[in-house]
Amino acid sequence: MGLFDLFNKKKSGDYAKDRLKLLLVSDRANCSPDIMEQIKNDIIEVISRYMEIDASGLDIQLTQTESEGGNGTVPALYANIPIKDMKTKSKPVK
Amino acid sequence: MSEVIVITSGKGGVGKTTTTANVGTGLAKLDKKVVLIDTDIGLRNLDVVMGLENRIVYNLVDVVEGSCRYKQALIKDKTHPNLFLLPSAQTKDKTSVTPEQMKKLVEELKKEFDYIILDCPAGIEQGFKNAIAAADRALIVTTPEVSAIRDADRIIGLLEANEIKKTDLIVNRIRMDMVKRGEMMSIEDVVEILAIDLIGAVPDDENIVISTNQGQPLVGDNSLAGRAYMNICKRVLGEEVEYLDLNDSGFFKKLSKLFKKSN
Repeated sequence: MGLFDLFNKKKSGDYAKDRLKLLLVSDRANCSPDIMEQIKNDIIEVISRYMEIDASGLDIQLTQTESEGGNGTVPALYANIPIKDMKTKSKPVK
Repeated sequence: MSEVIVITSGKGGVGKTTTTANVGTGLAKLDKKVVLIDTDIGLRNLDVVMGLENRIVYNLVDVVEGSCRYKQALIKDKTHPNLFLLPSAQTKDKTSVTPEQMKKLVEELKKEFDYIILDCPAGIEQGFKNAIAAADRALIVTTPEVSAIRDADRIIGLLEANEIKKTDLIVNRIRMDMVKRGEMMSIEDVVEILAIDLIGAVPDDENIVISTNQGQPLVGDNSLAGRAYMNICKRVLGEEVEYLDLNDSGFFKKLSKLFKKSN
């Protein structure tokens, strides 16, 4: 194995660990795909009042993040919402 | 004071029955009076792993139904006079026993035995509920695989919900050569993810297959798995035991930090 591989190739053990961590977050939250779909639709509805978004490109998932209190990781809802256009445009700043 | 231990995993095929046979035999070698109960009704296996399949007369269902006294159903081990097996029924269905019946039976067995070890079936249905009903503590067996660890996490949650406070982890079938290459999750990874105390790790050792072929648990012999199981037994008794070096890199020295009881 070259030095290049050492830094770039992620091993299957790491993949397993990362997959498991994500899997367990949603398992432990007991959050069904149905509920995730509902949350997604509600988010689309609310955001759409203020801006034009690409609903098909919207991606939400349960993940985990370092807590601000510094006591390990906590579950977090991650949402990636592509904005097409701001409906209430502010004037461009020169 | 006797202790009731359930050996469980959620997923099938990770080594519950092998672990039950070895932990039970090991505790008997350490001079405890031990009874093993196979609670997997319909899929009896512990008798075969113990090499006692030819001696079965009565079984667990006969005992709880009152067809015989429990002493008639207990099979004495071939080599350890203080080790007994209560076999499961092969032909009955798994609703034949209730958690209440298990509790009652275990209460009776407590009068006579130091350790009552319950081999739990895979899954989280009736058989699982029966097996955990009377347990004081649990040993959770997992392998370093995504599916097994996921199921173990589910089991840990269910045990907590059923107020089994003491749960310890056994990481089974670890292959240090693969861990070194990064192609298998390490014991540290598994412990970190499941966040419960580790009581031991057992290497993937062909001697396990050989001992199962012979119906003779290998605990206490000179193989790596045999030593790993004996260490687990000593830790069950509350002894502090150094962690086995499953390879020469000192990995286990680093690992020992993870154990509550060490240093």
